[in-house]
Amino acid sequence: MIQLRAVKKVFNQGRSNELWAVRGVTLDLEPNLVTVLMGPSGSGKTTLLSMIGALSRPTSGRISLDGELLSGLPERFMTGVRRSTFGFVFQRFNLIRGLSVLENLMLPAYPLAPDYEGLRRRALGLLAQFGMERKAADKVEWLSGGEAQRAAICRALINEPRILIADEPTANLDSALSRELVGLIGDLVDLGKTVLVSSHDPIVVESSRVSRVVEMRDGLLAGEPPC
Amino acid sequence: MRTFLRRQRYLIDYSLSALARRPGKHLGLLLVYTLIVFLLASVLLFTQSLRREAALVLAESPEVILQRLVAGRHDLMPLEYLDRIGRIRGVRETYGRLWGYFYDPAARANYTLMVPRGLDIPPGEIRIGFGIARARGLDVGDYLSLRSARGEPFSFRISALLSHETELVSSDLMLLAEPDFRRFFAIPEDRVTDFVLAVSNPREVRKVAEKLSLALPDTRPILREEILRTYDALFGWRQGLVLVLLAGAVLAFVIFAWDRASGLSGEERREIGILKSLGWETGDVLRMKFWEGAILSLTAFFLGYLLAYLQVFHLSAFLFDPVLKGWAVLYPDFRPVPYVDGLQVATLFFFTVFPYTVATIVPIWRAAVTDPDAVMR
Repeated sequence: MIQLRAVKKVFNQGRSNELWAVRGVTLDLEPNLVTVLMGPSGSGKTTLLSMIGALSRPTSGRISLDGELLSGLPERFMTGVRRSTFGFVFQRFNLIRGLSVLENLMLPAYPLAPDYEGLRRRALGLLAQFGMERKAADKVEWLSGGEAQRAAICRALINEPRILIADEPTANLDSALSRELVGLIGDLVDLGKTVLVSSHDPIVVESSRVSRVVEMRDGLLAGEPPC
Repeated sequence: MRTFLRRQRYLIDYSLSALARRPGKHLGLLLVYTLIVFLLASVLLFTQSLRREAALVLAESPEVILQRLVAGRHDLMPLEYLDRIGRIRGVRETYGRLWGYFYDPAARANYTLMVPRGLDIPPGEIRIGFGIARARGLDVGDYLSLRSARGEPFSFRISALLSHETELVSSDLMLLAEPDFRRFFAIPEDRVTDFVLAVSNPREVRKVAEKLSLALPDTRPILREEILRTYDALFGWRQGLVLVLLAGAVLAFVIFAWDRASGLSGEERREIGILKSLGWETGDVLRMKFWEGAILSLTAFFLGYLLAYLQVFHLSAFLFDPVLKGWAVLYPDFRPVPYVDGLQVATLFFFTVFPYTVATIVPIWRAAVTDPDAVMR
């Protein structure tokens, strides 16, 4: 269970370009479900996801995971939690060009220094699971949009996280690939993962695999006043 | 410990792939870096080798040389001074030497003429260094014709060429018999060029020199250690000269390296952001970049040093010949004996690898502490 209490986030505080991206969100997110944060651009979905995923800290408020406070952890511990608990699929995939698909997949595991052969087997297993085994040695820049998306999902799963966070995962995909992606996300829930998605794509929002849709607007949950 | 080593292997693996992914940038840097190490190492290796060579040759030279001065200039030494010196405690032997310089207009070079001691050269014959042989196109059995200072013609038969091993100092040397030497330079029988004193105990050398100055006030004793010091200063000065000339190149390299290594491209910054968002700590990024710099600088260091070694010891240091060893007109064809000084290697390593690594770490640290959520924004 992820709990958010009066979470706020401000960028460039005290400067002329100060921006309150999240203005006070209180929310409980249940495990083993697909939850979608929906809203227009600038509504604060991505910022909220990055705070939940321990990529950044709230300016104020508390975020806890299974009762343990995340938002107050020092950077090192936050990185540890991020590495072991969360997997990220970014809007632009963020695969590292010049490296092969297999190398990209194994990157999140490098700081943990697992046995190389075991890691390689795990990465190849994931690629096989997502129908990408023949692309293992290909450079990521040779992949199509759908392949890159699947490679990004595999990479997000390499450290066997409990929670997968996907930021606008269909923004660079056509309708068919978007539907395929939603199916893949549903499969992950069947495997016991919790999935948090930010999107305003109807294919995602209206999918039967989505358990809950949380609407955001102007840094707040829709219909809630700032706290 | 195993996890630590494995993590370093993963980081090195990633660093190598990062180097390979930007070949243009890194090859250029490697090339310039190697060139700088090569130039600096060449100068250091060569001067060190010259110093050592000179010290080895001079180790055989006499402890004290006594010269007569007239009006502050070196003059011929009367043989009767031998009696005036008498017996000085600690002096094993004293004898007079005959040597001098001769300018040969045909070769436009100065020769050093000398009567060797303990080597019997028949009148009319000479032994010459390789420099003279090369300059005049001579070999054993040929005749060398010279016109003396008084204009008289002399012709000497070459009986042997001097050993290659001592060419650094014997390149322009010509050994001849005493009567020939005296006739060639018109030196009277009762005069020699200088005296040589062999002293058994090195700690008594200064005392002997003091006694000589008192007994013969118009002479000056020259000690072997002073000659060695002079050679040392001479090579040190030449080395300094070359290093000053190279300073501009080194400075250019520092600016180039700083620009190349510290100026992280947008792509590299993005890459660091991705790694952090994937769970790499700031320390992991710094370690990875440290390995990247270390691989590059160590490769450049070893390549540069190896090339310098080959240049100095296998190609006779052709790049620095004119500046570092040509104190005579006849350049010796000198091949230095391979010698590597550990301290010198360490110094060069410190002044090339260390600054580069430090210079690159700071800007990388600044990029590495950026928030990992930057890639999501």
